[in-house]
Amino acid sequence: MLFADDGICLKMKKNKSLMHSIAAAPHIFWAALFIVVPLLIVVYYAFTDVEGGFSMENIFGLTEYFDIFLLSLELAVIATFVCLLVGYPMAYFIAKADPKMQKIYMMLLMLPMWTNLLIRTYSIMAILDDGGFLNTLLGTELHIIGTKGAVIFGMVYDFLPYMVLPIYTCISKINKNMWEAASDLGCSPLQVLTKVILPLSLSGIISGVTMVLVPCISTFYISQKLGGGTFELIGDTIERQFVSGTLNVGAALSFVMMILILISLWVMHKFSDGQEGGIVP
Amino acid sequence: MAKLIELKGISKSFDGERVLNSINLYIRDGEFVTLLGPSGCGKTTMLRIIGGFETADEGELLFDGAPIRDVPAYKRPVNTVFQKYALFPHLNVYENIAFPLRLQKVAEESIKQRVTEMLRMVALVGFENKDVSTLSGGQQQRVAIARALISHPKVLLLDEPLGALDLKLRKDMQNELKNIQKAVGITFIYVTHDQEEALSMSDTIVVMAEGEIQQIGTPTDIYNEPKNAFVADFIGESNIVDGIMLADKSVRMSGHTFECLDGGFGKNEPVDVVVRPEDVDVVAPEKGMLTGTVTSVTFKGVHYEIIVDIGGFKWMIQSTDYVAPEQHIGLYIEPDAIHIMKKSKFSGMFGDYSSFSDEIDTLSDADAAEEF
Repeated sequence: MLFADDGICLKMKKNKSLMHSIAAAPHIFWAALFIVVPLLIVVYYAFTDVEGGFSMENIFGLTEYFDIFLLSLELAVIATFVCLLVGYPMAYFIAKADPKMQKIYMMLLMLPMWTNLLIRTYSIMAILDDGGFLNTLLGTELHIIGTKGAVIFGMVYDFLPYMVLPIYTCISKINKNMWEAASDLGCSPLQVLTKVILPLSLSGIISGVTMVLVPCISTFYISQKLGGGTFELIGDTIERQFVSGTLNVGAALSFVMMILILISLWVMHKFSDGQEGGIVP
Repeated sequence: MAKLIELKGISKSFDGERVLNSINLYIRDGEFVTLLGPSGCGKTTMLRIIGGFETADEGELLFDGAPIRDVPAYKRPVNTVFQKYALFPHLNVYENIAFPLRLQKVAEESIKQRVTEMLRMVALVGFENKDVSTLSGGQQQRVAIARALISHPKVLLLDEPLGALDLKLRKDMQNELKNIQKAVGITFIYVTHDQEEALSMSDTIVVMAEGEIQQIGTPTDIYNEPKNAFVADFIGESNIVDGIMLADKSVRMSGHTFECLDGGFGKNEPVDVVVRPEDVDVVAPEKGMLTGTVTSVTFKGVHYEIIVDIGGFKWMIQSTDYVAPEQHIGLYIEPDAIHIMKKSKFSGMFGDYSSFSDEIDTLSDADAAEEF
């Protein structure tokens, strides 16, 4: 993207191109310092050993974390699926509401995001804990914290807006004509949804799935707090490596995760090709 | 022909503004009916009420004698061709056209046969697997027509379907639509603000203004016998002059008594007199019934458009002979060229060419486009 900017600048008048360069400089500096350099550091550590020499050991050693990775994937996929199941009808309902109400619904959806994620996760802990609010209220002794269900619930709660937003954007962009044409040609209200609106909002679904799946896979605090210490997900593993000082292994894990995420983004992008209204570029 | 659709006292308001005011109309089976009027006259709302996209506030809507006011769009044997085509972008040409049949779970073999038949009718054979977004406007419109006709509806509603096409293509599509209507033999209800389109395609024209029907009739009736100043002005060009009906077949206007063919008015009743620009002959001043001064002449290809000032009122005349501006000329009008109308609320609003310019026409076209 930076290079593309340069290319455009060259075609413009000289003084204008200078202005652009000056204007872009802070951004380029910022991006280089806080995005590119850290990535290079991660790559450096991933391929070196403690002494600083080149080594593939970190990467090859990752096989022992395979089970943790699978568990992370499993929970993230389930959470994403639940988000989709809950989020799509929500997005559909909001997009079909009258414009005044749409604003209110959107605000209600965004409101929890004004609170820090960590604080929200702690609140869920307080509610679901063995002696917590829910059990006191119901007078039960349900054991929720520490189960897979609690972790999935936390993920769904934290990341649901990221599913709803792109789908809502996508559905609200579909021309009113499409709804009318579909019902005119014989679609019942349910068929309008399944035959026309669902296929037309596919790009929104793909965006939403991406935006929920990625943070779900790499999260660590949700599994730490709501998993009650019984789970270790890949995010926790990475965090542990850095805290305990085995930087090279942590970096290797991060590096591999990054590659996997990039590949999945690319696949999603291919999949949504030709569809309009997506958020994923 | 039996009454297929009947509107009885249909009214509709949006945000307190009445867009349809007690509409009564019936449409016969197999007819090509055009709802014609300027933007905001309620024609599209009327079409949407028949299609099931809006519900009338008052009145009754009958289909084949049965009330269908509360029947949802998808259960009505009525299909629509939308102005913006509304093709499904996730389906190719074939699947777009097959869409209604797939909903009805028609057998694959039969679908293939009927889609092929439709493609042949709209001259799109070979386009089956094309992405609809790669088609031209005219081609998209054909797909929309094929898709709307494939499930054999009893009525096809067309909402300014040619509005987005260029002039040449529009003329071709007008003929084609008329041929398609004859071929399938069902009722077409066509909405347009283009009077030429209405005149050349319709069996019946319904002229609308301000949420009310102004006149219903065949194209020749509407053109030759307009009911009021609005209709006379909207359909073609007209000079609309204040007159007094002296007796049957005798009307006085612009200081001259004319012989005409109309009668049945009260003695000395004030009336609106319509004279079409092409029905006025230019003659020498001494031979003219009226005399005036030419204020402007515009060459229009087939004829000259001449504006003549007659005692302060500006007439439009179409003549194949050139006259020079500032020239003093006489006008001669045959009795059968004079059409008398009762006074209406539109009297005095139209038919004077003193402020006439082509620019105004362009402006009102832009308005009409904005409505959608």
